[in-house]
Amino acid sequence: MDLTLKVWRQNGPTDQGKMETHSVTGVSPDMSFLEMMDMLNDQIIRAGGDPVAFDHDCREGICGMCSMFINGEAHGPSRGVTTCQLHMRSFKDGDTITIEPWRAAAFPVVKDLAVDRSSFDRVIQAGGYISVNTSGETLDANAIPIPKPQADEAFNAATCIGCGACVATCKNASAMLFVAAKVSQFALLPQGQPERSKRAKRMVEQMDKEGFGNCTNTGACAVECPKGIDLSTIARMNRDYLSATVKED
Amino acid sequence: MLESKIPSGPLADKWTSHKNHINLVNPANKRLIDVIVVGTGLAGSSAAASLAEMGYNVKAFCFQDSPRRAHSIAAQGGINAAKNYQNDGDSVYRLFYDTIKGGDYRSREANVHRLAEVSTSIIDQCVAQGVPFAREYGGLLDNRSFGGVQVSRTFYAKGQTGQQLLLGAYSALSRQISKGKVQMFTRHEMMDVVIVDGKCRGIIARNLITGELERHAAHAVVLASGGYGNVFFLSTNAMGSNVSAAWKAHRKGAFMANPCFTQIHPTCIPVSGEHQSKLTLMSESLRNDGRIWVPARKEDAEAIRKGTLRANDIPEENRDYYLERRYPAFGNLVPRDVASRAAKERCDAGYGVNETGEAVFLDYASAIQRYGKTEANIRGLKNASNEEVTALGKEVVKAKYGNLFDMYKQIAADDPYETPMKIYPAVHYTMGGLWVDYNLMTTVPGLYATGESNFSDHGANRLGASALMQGLADGYFVLPYTIGDYLSNDIRTGAIDANSPEFETAEKSVQDRIDQLINNQGTKPVDDFHRRLGRVMWNQCGMSRSEEGLKQAIADIRALREEFYQDVRIPGTAKGFNPELDKAGRVADFMELGELMCKDALERNESCGGHFREEFQTAEGEALRDDENFAFVSAWEYTGDPSDSNLHKEDLKFENIELKQRSYK
Repeated sequence: MDLTLKVWRQNGPTDQGKMETHSVTGVSPDMSFLEMMDMLNDQIIRAGGDPVAFDHDCREGICGMCSMFINGEAHGPSRGVTTCQLHMRSFKDGDTITIEPWRAAAFPVVKDLAVDRSSFDRVIQAGGYISVNTSGETLDANAIPIPKPQADEAFNAATCIGCGACVATCKNASAMLFVAAKVSQFALLPQGQPERSKRAKRMVEQMDKEGFGNCTNTGACAVECPKGIDLSTIARMNRDYLSATVKED
Repeated sequence: MLESKIPSGPLADKWTSHKNHINLVNPANKRLIDVIVVGTGLAGSSAAASLAEMGYNVKAFCFQDSPRRAHSIAAQGGINAAKNYQNDGDSVYRLFYDTIKGGDYRSREANVHRLAEVSTSIIDQCVAQGVPFAREYGGLLDNRSFGGVQVSRTFYAKGQTGQQLLLGAYSALSRQISKGKVQMFTRHEMMDVVIVDGKCRGIIARNLITGELERHAAHAVVLASGGYGNVFFLSTNAMGSNVSAAWKAHRKGAFMANPCFTQIHPTCIPVSGEHQSKLTLMSESLRNDGRIWVPARKEDAEAIRKGTLRANDIPEENRDYYLERRYPAFGNLVPRDVASRAAKERCDAGYGVNETGEAVFLDYASAIQRYGKTEANIRGLKNASNEEVTALGKEVVKAKYGNLFDMYKQIAADDPYETPMKIYPAVHYTMGGLWVDYNLMTTVPGLYATGESNFSDHGANRLGASALMQGLADGYFVLPYTIGDYLSNDIRTGAIDANSPEFETAEKSVQDRIDQLINNQGTKPVDDFHRRLGRVMWNQCGMSRSEEGLKQAIADIRALREEFYQDVRIPGTAKGFNPELDKAGRVADFMELGELMCKDALERNESCGGHFREEFQTAEGEALRDDENFAFVSAWEYTGDPSDSNLHKEDLKFENIELKQRSYK
């Protein structure tokens, strides 16, 4: 199929940026969206131009590196997938596709479609862990049984890949779903209890410091999340955060 | 010349006794010592976190935008540990034995035994970190089986075990970053190691956003930079996975061991066309319940390829469950090398089931029926209809493998709950890597290699769910101890000077190489060359190899390399964000490595594990090993041209296991 692409070009965080139009022909419906972008770049390089920069790595929907805002939606029109798992069969011959980077103050543009998400790492560094040394001298793994439904719920929260689609899709550029997923994973496990309050408080504070917006409960984040992280995680985080602030001496 | 430094004493006591006797660095002195870790996958993150926790000053580097994205994240199936929670007779010895046998007797006994010993601590550690492993209804950890073993020792977190383990290691790393004990450098690529007075004393790194070169000095450098499967262009590796860090170390004196030992994974989604940029694995765990088959009659296979016949229309008696037929003892759970070759054999014989003839079926129909009947019994449905049983069976399969089935559906546009999946082998893992001694040190003093980037534990074939085990074993429980032995001599050295002439020279040579690439006025993009290199490697140094093919491949690769330096076009400049330039440097290294792989495969006149030489096979087409002449590790020394590399041999001594022809029949 033949497509017209409107692609965001921006040479660094301070550049103003603009949309640029390209056409690609002979796109196969079996191609992934990123393979279509490879094709575009191959064409641009052979013609002596500057290829479109975009982040990608595993191309199997798990590393969280790819990040494109396609036709106004994070990771494009399909649900439950990242851009790398979006296939061109989701589009029609003759379509015009608009491709933009994640837009958020806390995710400055590196170049074109690639953004800087190190703010997510700093939120995790603020408390997204269980403080245990790596000596291996801990309890036997089966010493604390965890009911399966609870373990499964912790797992579901833990599936967040840190791609940032929740932020990109939120009108306030809020990172609540990302932070809540990590807070929930540990809040649901016995190992996470000792630092539960402190963790929620520190992570939320860091999130605010990074310049992410507030949550107004529209739920768009959960709709666009490629891993289906549930909105209930946000409720859990709010509860933990509130109790942490009340407990504070 | 090669000193493996395997401790003396009985096998089961070697590690404990070694740990008790190696030199320690006291806590106050650790603060005076800097260590660099390159790569933040399981092996790198765990090492960086552990070293920092012990008190060393750590600098960690990754080329991704966050340490959490390293390709360990994509491992699906699980991680082995000799816990014997299932009471099926598992033990440290059995895990050791299975790994040596699975590796076709080409790995070191002492290293493998240590791996099996520490495996149990890994699970304890990860659970303590909050890794959400799958559990049974009683609240205890669940296990499943993987290829090449007859026990259930694989721990898992649905189809995302790698992600959950990496997030565990990443959280430990994040904790140390927050304390300031680890300085994290993301979007940085290691360009070279720096050797001062014969010791590795730092690296030259490139900031991939600004393009600036940076000097980082340290008392020791740990490479945890992963495998080199991307030399084949199409593999299950991430797009950025590369050999460059290991190859740069090789060029500076670190020997490369068994480079031809490559793992071709049997269950991947087949290639769909010329545009393909990477291949996607379907977890080996699917072979627990899925049955692999092709049509027994050639005319049926042809009809399927033409699209006039569907898999479900072929009656049972006309199906060839070739793994169950050839290997009744292990059936669909034979090791990866065996399963891959068997698929290739059927497809080469004309029984392949997609347009290209390079696919076999992985069928869940009978598992759905089996689970459905059990579930109906559990729910007390005495006279459940076929439809009800099927629906219940699909629910169970969905709970176990749902995300894998979804992924298949997304990529192949076909519903695996209704029709069998089509799969074909693809490059997945590289057992070869930098040669290391028992302490995980390469032939360059102070330069270590861990995880997939070293060669030590998997011999000629890796068993499923063992890569995660090795990465974390090396990073959490082995390297942090063994490195102390070396660093204890450095407590009075003081900080390493990054302004020394050695750093100066190394930086200049990196800059020259970048300039050479960026100023090349060619016509073809980097991928053009990478794709062609991959085709040569896959055809001549893939699932089966021959003397003639390998010689041809070496000539082809040399010609391609020459063409690359004449005709590659890299857009943009060396300053600023330029992914094409990053890729060009990596592909240039792959083109040297590929030649060495072919040379290694050519020298090894036997078939073992993933290395199958057509000239050396049994009458039944099984790999024919030659223990008399080839029970050694090939360790290659760089001399300026891959074809002129010097071969050093480390003889493998088997004192606890009897060498046998590997049989899964």
